[in-house]
Amino acid sequence: MQKKSFEEIRTILACKTVGIAGAGGLGSNCAVALARVGMGRIITADFDTVSESNLNRQYFFKDQVGMKKVLALKENIARINPEVMVEAFDIKLDPLNIPQIFGDCDVIVEAFDLAAMKLMIAETVLERMPGRILVMGSGVAGYGNNDAIKTVKSGNIFICGDQENETGENLPPLAPRVGIVAGMQANLVMEILLG
Amino acid sequence: MQITLNNRKEEFDRSTMTVRELLDEKNFTFKMLVVKINGQLVRKEDYEKAVISEGDDVSVIHLISGG
Repeated sequence: MQKKSFEEIRTILACKTVGIAGAGGLGSNCAVALARVGMGRIITADFDTVSESNLNRQYFFKDQVGMKKVLALKENIARINPEVMVEAFDIKLDPLNIPQIFGDCDVIVEAFDLAAMKLMIAETVLERMPGRILVMGSGVAGYGNNDAIKTVKSGNIFICGDQENETGENLPPLAPRVGIVAGMQANLVMEILLG
Repeated sequence: MQITLNNRKEEFDRSTMTVRELLDEKNFTFKMLVVKINGQLVRKEDYEKAVISEGDDVSVIHLISGG
Protein backbone atom coordinates (compact mmCIF):
# COMPACT_ATOMS: atom_id res chain seq x y z
CA MET A 1 0.00 0.00 0.00
CA GLN A 2 1.40 3.38 -1.02
CA LYS A 3 1.37 5.82 1.89
CA LYS A 4 0.39 9.45 1.45
CA SER A 5 -1.26 11.97 3.73
CA PHE A 6 -4.72 13.20 2.78
CA GLU A 7 -3.13 16.59 2.04
CA GLU A 8 -0.76 14.98 -0.48
CA ILE A 9 -3.59 12.97 -1.99
CA ARG A 10 -5.82 16.02 -2.36
CA THR A 11 -3.03 18.06 -3.89
CA ILE A 12 -2.39 15.47 -6.60
CA LEU A 13 -6.05 14.74 -7.33
CA ALA A 14 -6.89 18.46 -7.54
CA CYS A 15 -5.04 18.56 -10.89
CA LYS A 16 -6.79 15.48 -12.30
CA THR A 17 -9.88 14.93 -14.42
CA VAL A 18 -12.04 11.82 -14.37
CA GLY A 19 -14.81 11.10 -16.86
CA ILE A 20 -17.78 9.10 -15.64
CA ALA A 21 -20.03 7.62 -18.32
CA GLY A 22 -23.44 7.21 -16.73
CA ALA A 23 -24.86 8.80 -13.58
CA GLY A 24 -26.87 5.90 -12.18
CA GLY A 25 -25.96 3.42 -9.46
CA LEU A 26 -22.29 3.09 -10.32
CA GLY A 27 -21.77 6.61 -11.66
CA SER A 28 -23.42 8.63 -8.90
CA ASN A 29 -21.74 6.69 -6.10
CA CYS A 30 -18.34 6.64 -7.78
CA ALA A 31 -18.53 10.39 -8.48
CA VAL A 32 -19.45 11.20 -4.89
CA ALA A 33 -16.57 9.08 -3.53
CA LEU A 34 -14.10 10.81 -5.83
CA ALA A 35 -15.53 14.24 -4.99
CA ARG A 36 -15.04 13.56 -1.27
CA VAL A 37 -11.34 12.80 -1.73
CA GLY A 38 -10.77 15.97 -3.75
CA MET A 39 -10.87 15.08 -7.45
CA GLY A 40 -10.23 18.30 -9.35
CA ARG A 41 -12.67 17.86 -12.18
CA ILE A 42 -15.44 15.33 -12.83
CA ILE A 43 -17.10 15.06 -16.23
CA THR A 44 -20.42 13.27 -15.97
CA ALA A 45 -22.76 12.31 -18.81
CA ASP A 46 -26.22 10.70 -18.74
CA PHE A 47 -29.57 11.39 -20.44
CA ASP A 48 -31.82 9.97 -17.73
CA THR A 49 -33.91 11.57 -14.99
CA VAL A 50 -34.05 10.52 -11.33
CA SER A 51 -36.94 8.18 -10.61
CA GLU A 52 -38.37 6.70 -7.43
CA SER A 53 -36.99 3.25 -8.32
CA ASN A 54 -33.43 4.62 -8.46
CA LEU A 55 -33.39 5.50 -4.77
CA ASN A 56 -32.57 1.94 -3.67
CA ARG A 57 -28.98 2.45 -4.86
CA GLN A 58 -28.28 5.76 -6.56
CA TYR A 59 -26.87 8.82 -4.80
CA PHE A 60 -29.99 10.95 -5.15
CA PHE A 61 -32.68 12.14 -2.78
CA LYS A 62 -36.45 11.80 -2.81
CA ASP A 63 -36.91 15.50 -3.53
CA GLN A 64 -34.75 15.12 -6.65
CA VAL A 65 -37.14 12.69 -8.38
CA GLY A 66 -37.83 14.09 -11.85
CA MET A 67 -34.56 16.02 -12.08
CA LYS A 68 -31.96 15.27 -14.73
CA LYS A 69 -29.47 12.90 -13.10
CA VAL A 70 -26.38 14.85 -14.12
CA LEU A 71 -27.82 18.07 -12.66
CA ALA A 72 -28.91 16.36 -9.44
CA LEU A 73 -25.44 14.82 -9.14
CA LYS A 74 -23.76 18.16 -9.73
CA GLU A 75 -25.95 19.67 -7.02
CA ASN A 76 -25.12 16.88 -4.56
CA ILE A 77 -21.39 17.09 -5.20
CA ALA A 78 -21.51 20.87 -4.69
CA ARG A 79 -23.05 20.27 -1.27
CA ILE A 80 -20.29 17.79 -0.35
CA ASN A 81 -17.23 19.45 -1.86
CA PRO A 82 -17.81 22.70 -3.74
CA GLU A 83 -14.17 22.79 -4.88
CA VAL A 84 -14.77 19.98 -7.39
CA MET A 85 -15.42 21.27 -10.88
CA VAL A 86 -18.32 19.23 -12.27
CA GLU A 87 -19.13 19.32 -15.96
CA ALA A 88 -22.53 17.78 -16.58
CA PHE A 89 -23.59 16.55 -20.02
CA ASP A 90 -27.29 15.73 -20.39
CA ILE A 91 -26.69 13.52 -23.42
CA LYS A 92 -26.88 9.94 -24.64
CA LEU A 93 -23.29 8.82 -25.12
CA ASP A 94 -22.25 7.22 -28.41
CA PRO A 95 -19.03 6.37 -30.29
CA LEU A 96 -18.87 9.88 -31.75
CA ASN A 97 -19.42 12.02 -28.68
CA ILE A 98 -17.44 9.90 -26.18
CA PRO A 99 -14.01 10.98 -27.55
CA GLN A 100 -15.17 14.62 -27.55
CA ILE A 101 -16.66 14.66 -24.06
CA PHE A 102 -14.00 12.52 -22.37
CA GLY A 103 -11.07 13.49 -24.59
CA ASP A 104 -8.98 15.14 -21.89
CA CYS A 105 -9.82 12.81 -19.00
CA ASP A 106 -6.97 11.10 -17.18
CA VAL A 107 -9.18 8.06 -16.57
CA ILE A 108 -12.66 7.10 -17.78
CA VAL A 109 -15.13 5.21 -15.60
CA GLU A 110 -17.80 3.14 -17.34
CA ALA A 111 -20.94 3.34 -15.24
CA PHE A 112 -23.77 2.28 -17.55
CA ASP A 113 -26.45 -0.21 -16.64
CA LEU A 114 -26.93 -2.00 -19.98
CA ALA A 115 -24.34 -4.51 -21.21
CA ALA A 116 -24.75 -3.26 -24.78
CA MET A 117 -23.70 0.25 -23.67
CA LYS A 118 -20.75 -1.19 -21.72
CA LEU A 119 -19.61 -2.95 -24.89
CA MET A 120 -20.08 0.24 -26.91
CA ILE A 121 -17.80 2.32 -24.68
CA ALA A 122 -15.19 -0.45 -24.44
CA GLU A 123 -15.04 -0.66 -28.24
CA THR A 124 -15.00 3.12 -28.56
CA VAL A 125 -12.13 3.58 -26.10
CA LEU A 126 -10.11 0.71 -27.61
CA GLU A 127 -10.57 1.92 -31.18
CA ARG A 128 -10.83 5.69 -30.91
CA MET A 129 -8.94 6.52 -27.71
CA PRO A 130 -6.03 4.06 -27.73
CA GLY A 131 -4.05 3.89 -24.50
CA ARG A 132 -6.75 5.54 -22.39
CA ILE A 133 -7.56 3.73 -19.17
CA LEU A 134 -11.16 2.55 -18.79
CA VAL A 135 -12.49 1.32 -15.43
CA MET A 136 -15.61 -0.76 -15.96
CA GLY A 137 -18.27 -2.37 -13.76
CA SER A 138 -19.69 -5.77 -14.65
CA GLY A 139 -21.74 -8.00 -12.37
CA VAL A 140 -23.33 -6.03 -9.52
CA ALA A 141 -26.84 -7.46 -9.10
CA GLY A 142 -28.33 -9.13 -6.05
CA TYR A 143 -27.04 -9.20 -2.49
CA GLY A 144 -24.50 -11.13 -0.46
CA ASN A 145 -21.46 -13.03 -1.75
CA ASN A 146 -18.98 -10.25 -1.01
CA ASP A 147 -15.97 -12.36 -1.90
CA ALA A 148 -17.10 -12.93 -5.49
CA ILE A 149 -16.53 -9.25 -6.27
CA LYS A 150 -13.11 -8.61 -7.71
CA THR A 151 -11.08 -6.60 -10.23
CA VAL A 152 -9.61 -8.07 -13.40
CA LYS A 153 -7.28 -6.30 -15.80
CA SER A 154 -6.97 -6.62 -19.54
CA GLY A 155 -4.51 -4.14 -21.00
CA ASN A 156 -5.89 -0.66 -20.35
CA ILE A 157 -9.28 -1.98 -19.27
CA PHE A 158 -10.08 -2.85 -15.66
CA ILE A 159 -13.33 -4.61 -14.77
CA CYS A 160 -14.78 -4.48 -11.26
CA GLY A 161 -17.64 -6.78 -10.25
CA ASP A 162 -18.44 -10.49 -10.04
CA GLN A 163 -18.65 -10.87 -13.85
CA GLU A 164 -21.58 -13.19 -13.30
CA ASN A 165 -24.77 -11.77 -11.81
CA GLU A 166 -26.86 -9.92 -14.35
CA THR A 167 -29.75 -7.68 -13.34
CA GLY A 168 -33.12 -9.38 -13.68
CA GLU A 169 -36.62 -9.58 -12.20
CA ASN A 170 -35.34 -11.56 -9.21
CA LEU A 171 -31.86 -10.09 -9.17
CA PRO A 172 -32.21 -6.35 -8.66
CA PRO A 173 -29.21 -4.04 -8.41
CA LEU A 174 -29.17 -2.73 -4.83
CA ALA A 175 -27.23 -0.16 -2.82
CA PRO A 176 -24.76 -2.43 -1.01
CA ARG A 177 -23.37 -4.40 -3.95
CA VAL A 178 -23.63 -1.54 -6.46
CA GLY A 179 -21.97 0.69 -3.86
CA ILE A 180 -19.15 -1.81 -3.35
CA VAL A 181 -18.40 -1.91 -7.07
CA ALA A 182 -18.70 1.88 -7.42
CA GLY A 183 -16.31 2.18 -4.48
CA MET A 184 -13.90 -0.27 -6.10
CA GLN A 185 -13.99 1.78 -9.29
CA ALA A 186 -13.26 4.98 -7.35
CA ASN A 187 -10.51 3.21 -5.39
CA LEU A 188 -8.92 2.00 -8.61
CA VAL A 189 -9.10 5.50 -10.12
CA MET A 190 -7.18 6.79 -7.09
CA GLU A 191 -4.59 4.02 -7.43
CA ILE A 192 -4.11 4.83 -11.12
CA LEU A 193 -3.84 8.58 -10.54
CA LEU A 194 -1.74 8.52 -7.38
CA GLY A 195 0.53 5.59 -8.20
CA MET B 1 -1.00 -24.89 -29.58
CA GLN B 2 -0.61 -23.00 -26.35
CA ILE B 3 -2.20 -19.58 -25.88
CA THR B 4 -2.79 -17.25 -22.97
CA LEU B 5 -6.50 -16.84 -22.26
CA ASN B 6 -7.42 -14.24 -19.64
CA ASN B 7 -3.91 -14.36 -18.18
CA ARG B 8 -3.87 -18.19 -17.98
CA LYS B 9 -2.08 -20.70 -20.20
CA GLU B 10 -4.42 -22.92 -22.22
CA GLU B 11 -3.64 -25.87 -24.51
CA PHE B 12 -5.64 -26.78 -27.61
CA ASP B 13 -5.06 -29.80 -29.83
CA ARG B 14 -4.96 -27.85 -33.09
CA SER B 15 -2.65 -25.28 -34.61
CA THR B 16 -5.14 -22.43 -35.10
CA MET B 17 -8.73 -21.63 -34.26
CA THR B 18 -11.15 -18.79 -34.87
CA VAL B 19 -12.50 -16.62 -32.08
CA ARG B 20 -15.91 -18.24 -32.61
CA GLU B 21 -14.42 -21.72 -32.10
CA LEU B 22 -12.68 -20.58 -28.93
CA LEU B 23 -15.87 -19.04 -27.52
CA ASP B 24 -17.86 -22.22 -28.30
CA GLU B 25 -15.23 -24.52 -26.87
CA LYS B 26 -14.82 -22.52 -23.66
CA ASN B 27 -18.57 -21.97 -23.28
CA PHE B 28 -18.55 -18.19 -23.29
CA THR B 29 -22.31 -17.84 -23.54
CA PHE B 30 -22.79 -14.19 -22.60
CA LYS B 31 -23.89 -12.03 -25.51
CA MET B 32 -21.80 -8.97 -24.76
CA LEU B 33 -18.11 -9.76 -24.91
CA VAL B 34 -14.99 -7.73 -25.41
CA VAL B 35 -12.54 -9.98 -27.26
CA LYS B 36 -8.93 -8.95 -27.79
CA ILE B 37 -6.11 -10.83 -29.50
CA ASN B 38 -2.72 -9.43 -28.47
CA GLY B 39 -4.46 -6.26 -27.35
CA GLN B 40 -6.29 -5.75 -30.65
CA LEU B 41 -10.09 -5.58 -30.41
CA VAL B 42 -12.02 -8.20 -32.40
CA ARG B 43 -15.57 -7.09 -33.15
CA LYS B 44 -18.48 -9.54 -33.05
CA GLU B 45 -18.86 -9.51 -36.85
CA ASP B 46 -15.27 -10.75 -37.14
CA TYR B 47 -15.47 -13.69 -34.69
CA GLU B 48 -15.69 -16.22 -37.59
CA LYS B 49 -12.74 -14.65 -39.41
CA ALA B 50 -10.30 -13.75 -36.64
CA VAL B 51 -7.69 -16.47 -36.18
CA ILE B 52 -5.91 -17.33 -32.96
CA SER B 53 -2.55 -19.09 -33.21
CA GLU B 54 0.34 -20.33 -31.07
CA GLY B 55 1.47 -17.91 -28.40
CA ASP B 56 -1.38 -15.43 -28.79
CA ASP B 57 -2.56 -13.47 -25.79
CA VAL B 58 -6.35 -13.59 -25.85
CA SER B 59 -8.65 -11.70 -23.54
CA VAL B 60 -12.41 -12.32 -23.30
CA ILE B 61 -14.36 -10.06 -20.96
CA HIS B 62 -18.05 -10.61 -20.10
CA LEU B 63 -20.14 -7.52 -19.91
CA ILE B 64 -23.24 -7.92 -17.80
CA SER B 65 -26.15 -5.54 -17.33
CA GLY B 66 -26.53 -3.81 -13.99
CA GLY B 67 -25.33 -0.57 -12.56
